[in-house]
Amino acid sequence: MRCLLVEEEVHQFSNLVKSLSGEDVSKCYQCGKCSAGCPIASEMEILPNRIIRLIQINSKDTVLSSSTIWLCVSCETCFTRCPEDIDLVTVMDVLRRLSVEEGYRCPEEGILRFNRFFLASVKNYGRVHDLGLIVRRNLASRQPFKDLGQGIALFRRGKIPLRPQGIKGVDQIKGIFAKSKPFVEREASGGGGR
Amino acid sequence: MRYGYFPGCALHSTAKEYDLSIRLSCPYLDLELVEVPDWSCCGASPGHMTSEELALALPVRNLHQAERHDLTTVIAPCAACYSRLKSANKEVREDAHLMSRINRVVGEEFTGKVEVRHLIEVLYKDVGLSRIESSVTKPLNGMRFACYYGCLLTRPPKVADFDDVENPIIMDRIVEALGAEPVSWSHKTECCGAGFSITRPEIAVRLVDEILKAAQFAAADSIVVACPLCHANLDMRQSQAKNKYGRNYNIPILYISQVIGLAQGEAYKALGLDKHLVSPGDLLKEGLGGF
Repeated sequence: MRCLLVEEEVHQFSNLVKSLSGEDVSKCYQCGKCSAGCPIASEMEILPNRIIRLIQINSKDTVLSSSTIWLCVSCETCFTRCPEDIDLVTVMDVLRRLSVEEGYRCPEEGILRFNRFFLASVKNYGRVHDLGLIVRRNLASRQPFKDLGQGIALFRRGKIPLRPQGIKGVDQIKGIFAKSKPFVEREASGGGGR
Repeated sequence: MRYGYFPGCALHSTAKEYDLSIRLSCPYLDLELVEVPDWSCCGASPGHMTSEELALALPVRNLHQAERHDLTTVIAPCAACYSRLKSANKEVREDAHLMSRINRVVGEEFTGKVEVRHLIEVLYKDVGLSRIESSVTKPLNGMRFACYYGCLLTRPPKVADFDDVENPIIMDRIVEALGAEPVSWSHKTECCGAGFSITRPEIAVRLVDEILKAAQFAAADSIVVACPLCHANLDMRQSQAKNKYGRNYNIPILYISQVIGLAQGEAYKALGLDKHLVSPGDLLKEGLGGF
């Protein structure tokens, strides 16, 4: 009986990840192909295959507070090459959303902030307004002149419109933002699962 | 052939020349593009990183706009838009419950009767190499192009299923039909890090440097792309790659549609070739004897 209880506890995090992503990380046998092909691996404190191992052994805090989950650039190389067909990109998405939902500190603040500014632009105008986005990013990160040279060069070529392009359906977009939840609401299956 | 056209945010700003050159070159190929009315952003990476529902609802709104206007096939020239639109379409089509939930979020009744395709897929499969070849009036003889596919044109193969995942050849065949020589090179599908070009530029610069180095090693005189994010990153970060790694590349990054337009005899400026940071001016003057 005791063993059963412990086993349930041990699988708590991998079960949560499975219910939210549909991916069974217990299939991973640590071949390491995901990390071998990952273009960002050299910048990661914990390699992608180790993230999977940490999920398997229930190390939730380590995973959700790691910079790795934010440094995944969603290039899909890992998923493409995984011999067990584990969609690690979707798993990373789930880990990022979980980390925000559960209030973990994000070690890559700039990325999280950029995502928010990007989505605010989409919500307000229906499309992304590059100039507004970069100005907000630079002000928030206190680097007002970051990428200024590139910005001016692009502007001179007429590639950075001053004003945002609005769309007619902007109210519908605002509605989509208001209704969207971090995870899809599933039918009475108790917290998701595909 | 009539297609819906989803330019996406980049083609109205930093990738203006991609939009310009698509609109110029497609009529020669009997491709009629109808812009999806009142299209909105696909949500891109910030969307799927933040919310599963948003990542599905933003694309589905656009697919519904297309469906409502009887556009049964939508061409997305941006690899990221293509990936978002196509994977959302696939997910809601395969799960009736998900479809109804996302329709509630969007406030519309999308039924899934739209196909999402990338520009190069349509060029290769629907238009065909022979029609592309017969539209050529100024063959690009002597030009050596490194065709760069990046991440999302072939990955994941469950979504982007139109070419070989590790060694795609569609663009190579297209530039061959234009008279140019596609080089054999190592970095066709390596990620350029465009997703971090703004937030972690040092990562993007490292990846850009590796790709440029590989293109140079293969003696390519320019890189041909089919994604506005790859383009912006490879074109804009060259000067920083030079500062950091000390290698002077000066390799022009051209859109596939610009290359097609050039071969069709369209003008340099009309194709927006003057809008790149790394100017292809000298290369095209020397290689093609003027334009």
